[in-house]
Amino acid sequence: MNKRVALTGNEAIAKAMQQINPDVVAAYPITPQTEIVQIFSKYVADGLVDTEFVTVESEHSAMSACIGSAAGGARSMTATSANGLALMWEVVYIAASTRLPIVMPVVNRALSGPINIHCDHSDAMGARDSGWIQLFSENAQEAYDNAIQAVRIAENKDVLLPVMVNLDGFIISHAVENLNINDAEEVQKFVGEYKAEHYLLDKENPITVGPLDLQDFYFEHKRQQSEAMKYAKETVKEIGKEYGKLTGREYGFFSEYKLEDAEIALIGMGSTMGTAKAAVDELREQGVKVGLLKLRMFRPFPAEELAKALSHVPVIGVLDRAETFSTNGGPLFTDMHYALYGQDHKLIDFIYGLGGRDTNVSHVKGMFEMLQKAKDGQPIDRINYIGVRE
Amino acid sequence: MANLKELSKKEEILTGGHRLCAGCGASIVGRQVLATAKNPVVVALATGCLEVSTTIFPYTAWRCSYIHNAFENVAATLSGVETAHKALRKRGRIPDEDYDFIAFGGDGGTYDIGLQSLSGAMERGHDMLYVCYDNGAYMNTGIQRSSATPRGADTTTSPAGSVIPGKSQHRKELTDIIAAHNIPYVAQAVPSNWRDLTKKVEKALDKKGAAFLNTLAVCPRGWRSAEEKGIEITQLAVDTCYWPLFEVEDGEWRLTYKPKEKKPLVEWFKIQGRFKHLFKEENKHILDEAQNYIDRRWKKILQLCGEEE
Ligand SMILES: Cc1ncc(C[n+]2csc(CCOP(=O)(O)OP(=O)(O)O)c2C)c(N)n1
Ligand code: SF4
Ligand SMILES: [Mg+2]
Repeated sequence: MNKRVALTGNEAIAKAMQQINPDVVAAYPITPQTEIVQIFSKYVADGLVDTEFVTVESEHSAMSACIGSAAGGARSMTATSANGLALMWEVVYIAASTRLPIVMPVVNRALSGPINIHCDHSDAMGARDSGWIQLFSENAQEAYDNAIQAVRIAENKDVLLPVMVNLDGFIISHAVENLNINDAEEVQKFVGEYKAEHYLLDKENPITVGPLDLQDFYFEHKRQQSEAMKYAKETVKEIGKEYGKLTGREYGFFSEYKLEDAEIALIGMGSTMGTAKAAVDELREQGVKVGLLKLRMFRPFPAEELAKALSHVPVIGVLDRAETFSTNGGPLFTDMHYALYGQDHKLIDFIYGLGGRDTNVSHVKGMFEMLQKAKDGQPIDRINYIGVRE
Repeated sequence: MANLKELSKKEEILTGGHRLCAGCGASIVGRQVLATAKNPVVVALATGCLEVSTTIFPYTAWRCSYIHNAFENVAATLSGVETAHKALRKRGRIPDEDYDFIAFGGDGGTYDIGLQSLSGAMERGHDMLYVCYDNGAYMNTGIQRSSATPRGADTTTSPAGSVIPGKSQHRKELTDIIAAHNIPYVAQAVPSNWRDLTKKVEKALDKKGAAFLNTLAVCPRGWRSAEEKGIEITQLAVDTCYWPLFEVEDGEWRLTYKPKEKKPLVEWFKIQGRFKHLFKEENKHILDEAQNYIDRRWKKILQLCGEEE
C-alpha cells in the first residue's frame, strides 16, 4: 500500500533508510545532507530503527567504517555531499574494488573551491570512474524509490558493487513535495535480509580482505569489476521492474518525455529535468517538436540504449551541471559523443547551474532555441555556459 | 596468565612464510599479541610493512579473518567491523559470542596520517585493541621520518647532511595523547619483556571498550642494527628509558617496569647506524639534547605513575 505524504528530499531519504533499517549506518554531517544524519539519529534515539549508528569523526572514516562493516557482513549505509565525498575519495574506490554493496545517498552540492553549499553535480562527477553505480533523481519521490532499489541492486550476487543515489542539494533535499511512501513491511520484504557469501565474522571460514594485489592479479580483479558493472546494468533494469510491480512506479535506465517525434531534444539528469519538462510542454503548445530524455543511470552508462532512443533526433542538447575543464565540455557531453558515435547527430553542450545558479524554464527554452538554430544550419557554439555573466 | 610454554604451544595466527625482513620486530609484536587472544579474532592492518609482507595475493599469512583498507584508516575500518559484529549479533544473524578485534598500525599509520581515525575510534569507545608497532619511521616506503622518529635519527627525509644532521625534532608521545582520551586501557610494551606485554594484552582484551597498546618494534633495516640483536636492542631502549613500560588503567598511571640502573641513551644510540653521525664531535649537542629530552620524559612518567625518582 502506498501512502501519500509531504516530505523534503532529505526527509524522504531518511524515511527510506528507516524502512530499510540497515544493520549499520556510519555518517558525518555536511550541508545539504545534514538533515539526513539528524533525522536518522532521532530514529535511532527513539528506537524507530535498531540500526547500529556510528557517529564517525569524518567522511573518510564514514566510508572506512562502512567498508569494515560491509566486509563484516552487515548491510551498511552512509550519506554525504560535496567536500565530504571528496574527502572519502580514496576509500570510495576501495569500497567498489572490494565489491562491497554499500548504499550512499549523495545530496549533490558544488565542490569547493570556492566554497559553496548549493547544487551542482561536480561532487558526483568526481566519483564517476570510482566503480560505483550512480543513479540520479529528478525529485524526492525518485530519490526515495532509488534508495530502496539501490539496496537490492548493490547486493545482487553477480553485482556486489556500491550504489550512489544522487539528489540535488536544496532543490530536492530541502523542498517539500507530495510523494508516495511504501509500507514499511513492504520495503522490508522487498529488500529482504542481507546474507553475505564471504564475510569477516564467519568464524568457520576466516577470510583475508584487502590483500596486496600485484602485477600478476590486479588486472584480473579490475577486469572482473568491469564485468560486474555489466551485470549491474541488467540488475538495475530487473529491480526497476520488480519495484514497479510493487509500487506502480517502474524505473529503467532513463525516461523519455515527448521524444518519439522530437526533432530537437535535451538530455540531462536531476531536478532540472522537471523544469525542462515544463519548457517542453510550452514549446509543444507552440507546435515546436521538442523532447526530453532524463537519464537516471549514469554509471554504468547505457550508451547503446541511449543511441537507440535518440537515433531519430538530429540535434541533441546535453545538460551538464558540472565542468570538466578539459575545454571539451561537461562529463555527460563527452559520454554522449561516445554513445552516439557513428550516428549522424549534432551535439551541443549546455553547462548550467554551477554552484546553485538558478536554471528556470526560460533558460531551458533558450537552449531549445539554440538547438533549433543549429538544426536550421545556423552556427552555434558546441559548448555553451547558461545563465552566467560573461 | 598463560606461561611461555603454553603460549608457545598455541597455534600461531600469524604464520611463517610471510616476507618481512629477518629480525623484523613487527612480526614479533604481532605474534606475541595474538598469542594472548582467547576469542575468535579479526585483525585489521594499516598499510605498512606488516601489511604488505603478509598478504601478497593469492597468499595470506593470517589464519584469522583479516582486513586491510588503506594507510590512515585502520581504526575506523575496524570500528566498522566491530559495529557489524554488534549489529549482526543483536539481530541473531551470527552466533552470540565475543570476538577480539585487534588493529595493527605502524608509527606512520598511527602517530601521523591515522591519528584522526584512531582518535575517533578511541573516543567512540569501540570494543577493540589498537596496537601500534613503532619502528620510528615509514619503513615500507624506504625509511622516511615520522613524528615518532627520535631526535637526530638519519632517515631518508631527515638525512644526516652536512648542514642538518638528521631529524631536527623530538618525537611525539602518542601514548599520552591516547591516554587523554580516557579510555579504559592504555599501555606501552615491548616484545623483549613478553610477560609484561602479555599481561597488558590480556587486560586490554578483557576490558570492555577501546584499548591502546604502543609497542617498540625493532627494524634492523631502518635502524641499521644487527638482525639477531633485536630483542637486546629493544630491551636497551627500555633500560635507557627511551621506551618506558607503563599502563594507564581506568585513568590510573602505573609503572610496570623500573630499570635497576637507568642507562645512558648513547648506549642505545651507538648500536644503531641511524645515529652514527651523532658521534662526531660537532654533533655532540644533539646527543645532549636527546638525553635531556629522555630525562625530562622519564621524570614526568615517574611523576604520573606516583614513583620516586
Ligand atoms: C594515503 C597514503 N599516503 C601514503 C602512502 C604510502 N605509504 C605506504 S606505507 C607508508 C609508510 C608506513 O609507515 P608506518 O606506518 O610507520 O609502517 P612501517 O612501514 O614502518 O611498518 C607510506 C608512506 C599510502 N599508502 N597511502
Ligand atoms: S623494513 Fe623494517 S619494518 Fe619493514 S619488514 Fe624490514 S625490518 Fe620489518
Ligand atoms: Mg614505521
